[in-house]
Amino acid sequence: MAEVKNKGGGVQIDLISGDRMAELTSMEKIRMILDGVREGNIVILEEGLSPDEESRLIEVTMTEISPDEFNGIEIETYPRSETKDQSFLDRLMGKESTKKLTVIGPANQIETLHKDETLISALVSRK
Amino acid sequence: MGLITEIRDSISNVVSTLFSAQDPKRIGIYGPPNAGKTTLANRIARDWTGDAVGPESHIPHETRRARRKENVEIERNGKSVRIDIVDTPGVTTKVDYTEFLEHDMEKEDAVRRSREATEGVAEAMHWLREDVDGVIYVLDATEDPFTQVNTMLIGIIESQDLPVLIFANKIDLDEANVRRIENAFPQHETVPLSALEGDNMDEVYDKIADYFG
Repeated sequence: MAEVKNKGGGVQIDLISGDRMAELTSMEKIRMILDGVREGNIVILEEGLSPDEESRLIEVTMTEISPDEFNGIEIETYPRSETKDQSFLDRLMGKESTKKLTVIGPANQIETLHKDETLISALVSRK
Repeated sequence: MGLITEIRDSISNVVSTLFSAQDPKRIGIYGPPNAGKTTLANRIARDWTGDAVGPESHIPHETRRARRKENVEIERNGKSVRIDIVDTPGVTTKVDYTEFLEHDMEKEDAVRRSREATEGVAEAMHWLREDVDGVIYVLDATEDPFTQVNTMLIGIIESQDLPVLIFANKIDLDEANVRRIENAFPQHETVPLSALEGDNMDEVYDKIADYFG
């Protein structure tokens, strides 16, 4: 994704806008996330994934885990409050409210320190 | 002849609809690894059928394949409810084989276990999307319920409009905190229990009959 290669020992962070994600199919989103994470990047999604996409992300992640190479992902979002702002009709029509900031990184590089309804605190380390 | 065939087909359709309405609902037992899902599945299966579902262990990812126990008939208040119990592998977003080495496992066995565990998690997610009619979500009441896996899975279950009961397991342990689970998922009913000790199983079966009957 990045045009300038990360030559130092830092951690690359990709912040992906909701507009950019909206142009992609579910599998394209999952591929983009996992490709970034497998390179050691932290991927931040402005608007998150739908529940179905989250389910498929877990499934595809599992198929890619490989001993001594890729242990999976750490993913953090705020708890969903879908009952507050989403009607049954909206869900029936497929208008799922997914606007929630989501942070995804390699399981061996990101560690959640604290999480509640309003705050996520995470520690990111180099590879 | 055509008319007779049509009438026969109609009768056949009505009969099959009647029977399908009585088909047992498939209830998936979901939750993070080591929450006590298989202990619960075994408790329910033993109480009502006399058989177990699968082996239990304190080592994470003991259950690496979804297992179905069919036609479990639970009797409550003069009525009987028939369900299929689907015990699923614990869901996670990461599996590190080196964690199994801490349980005195050889590397080869640990790698095999981790590979089977990843397949099991993928299988569990597939069942959730396609093949269950309701969910029992099991949490270890001694652990913090505010984890990403719990948040995501409850969101996935809600998005499919599946009926869900949350079971706060391991209340026999001093550190158990049922209130913390109730506060984390206030939109769902939480039932405290100890699947290992059989504590509060009457309420567990009442709720299963209410929700999935």
